[in-house]
Amino acid sequence: MTAPLLSARGLKIAFGGVKAADGIDLDIAPGEFVAIIGPNGAGKTTFINMTTGYLRPHSGHIHFDGAEITGRPPRSIVRRGIARSFQIPQLFTEHTVIENVALKVAAHGRFWRPFRPLLDAGTAAAAMRLLEQFGLAGVATARATELNEGTRKLTDIAMAMALRPRLLLMDEPTSGVASAEKFGIMDTLVAALRAERVTAVFVEHDMEVVERYADRVAVWSQGKILASGPPAAVLSDPAVLREVIGVETGHAHA
Amino acid sequence: MDRRLTLPTLAAATTVVALAIAAPWLKFVFTVALAKGLAVLGILLLLRAGQVSFGHALYIAVGAYTVAFLRPAIGEVLLLLPLAATAGTIVGFAVGLFVARYRDIFFGMLNLAFSMVFYSLLEKLYAYTKGTDGIRVPRPTIGGVTLDPVAYEWAVLVGTLALALTLGWLVSRFLASPLGQALPAIKTRETRLEFAGISAKRVLLVAYVASAALAGLGGGIIACTTLHVTPLLSYWTHSGELVFIAILGGAGSVLGPFLGAAVYELVRVYAAAAFPDAWQMILGAVLLVIILFAARGLWGMYEDLVLRKDRRA
Repeated sequence: MTAPLLSARGLKIAFGGVKAADGIDLDIAPGEFVAIIGPNGAGKTTFINMTTGYLRPHSGHIHFDGAEITGRPPRSIVRRGIARSFQIPQLFTEHTVIENVALKVAAHGRFWRPFRPLLDAGTAAAAMRLLEQFGLAGVATARATELNEGTRKLTDIAMAMALRPRLLLMDEPTSGVASAEKFGIMDTLVAALRAERVTAVFVEHDMEVVERYADRVAVWSQGKILASGPPAAVLSDPAVLREVIGVETGHAHA
Repeated sequence: MDRRLTLPTLAAATTVVALAIAAPWLKFVFTVALAKGLAVLGILLLLRAGQVSFGHALYIAVGAYTVAFLRPAIGEVLLLLPLAATAGTIVGFAVGLFVARYRDIFFGMLNLAFSMVFYSLLEKLYAYTKGTDGIRVPRPTIGGVTLDPVAYEWAVLVGTLALALTLGWLVSRFLASPLGQALPAIKTRETRLEFAGISAKRVLLVAYVASAALAGLGGGIIACTTLHVTPLLSYWTHSGELVFIAILGGAGSVLGPFLGAAVYELVRVYAAAAFPDAWQMILGAVLLVIILFAARGLWGMYEDLVLRKDRRA
């Protein structure tokens, strides 16, 4: 087996009395597309926050490509090649879609050039290529505030991809999206990830999406990983069904 | 640069020169207005990031006192003004390292605090600053030439106009760059900038230092124009004045600060002459009308009326 791209060992963090991570061990192999599922409050987003440097684990270690990144600030982790997208899209609302993506393209490269336009030929072309990949070329000059939720989600992910990451962490890429749209979004997303050879982890509540797209699924429960394996096997495990699906069906998820 | 700015810029510059020919005493008013416009250009950079400084008179005073302190040794405008801008840059960097960590009301109030500390120092350190009496600045040479007062005023006005045009153009280029475009991103989604590997603090620091340099230069020009500097330059009402002008002119374009400063100085001068006791009320009423009916300032009104831009800020 090849060395894991991301390796988490013994991650622990608690908020008040709630253990959001209680000894998380997880390896992500290069090229994998891993889904994280679990009930609300299980610590799924906390895992993303710890991996991207937004939160510092109380104990445990995270290695990326062999180097320790535990507790490093987000900026340093981003530069090493980990990007993330957000459950609620975090767009620059005073900018157009192409400017949103171009800012990220520039951030990865020629940012500190005070008198070159943001949308110079090189950056604009790179941003446009990403927009085309994500089917967003048609809304390139629309303001970020004018978009529907699905388009906002894709823009958010395109912004993360503009940083040319090796690992992309996505927090619920299809939540809040009309169910007719979700497979379209996932198809676009998976094609883009494959084309750029990006390893990805995504938090997801929609079991249809998980079954259809994930190579592997890890089940979170109360800060622990309950099960991990191929979707078909994991999603038929009675313990998982009780813990995750049971709660999910009882919970009104739009 | 937005091509639609070329025509109004040239028209405004021509108007300034024409009015100064028609009414010679306006040379002084316009020079001071353009100098303040440079400082407000700096305020505009910070406004783009959603930050309001209530202390930028500090840098005007730093620039002005740099000229006053150095004048005995250096008698040349072409040296004094770069030195004023440099002093603004250095102080701006030192203060900026601290204030760029803060946002909103804390940012505004910390700037106010720094400017008032400087004001007190200028007032109390009488041995160096002559306190509230201030320091007289003998008229310097320009390009090594000693000019008579009228020629000197013309030279400073035209020079300041040229600086305003050049720096306005540079700032508009800056605003279109990734760095300049990251300023509104600080306002809307600062954390996302961090997740792009960009330090929002550093971006704001760059804008802050640039704004301090512009205000320092403006202060140097003011000292070379009024030929007398006092601690009042650093007083908080003068910082408020800069913010007032920024809102009056509108933050939508680099022309806004200069338009705002010219209108502000003209209204102030004429209102003060016509209504000595009520001119501040008139200025207040003007600002109220602008905020209520034209929130994007005079430049926004120009856009709506002449350019018919339907884009809402």
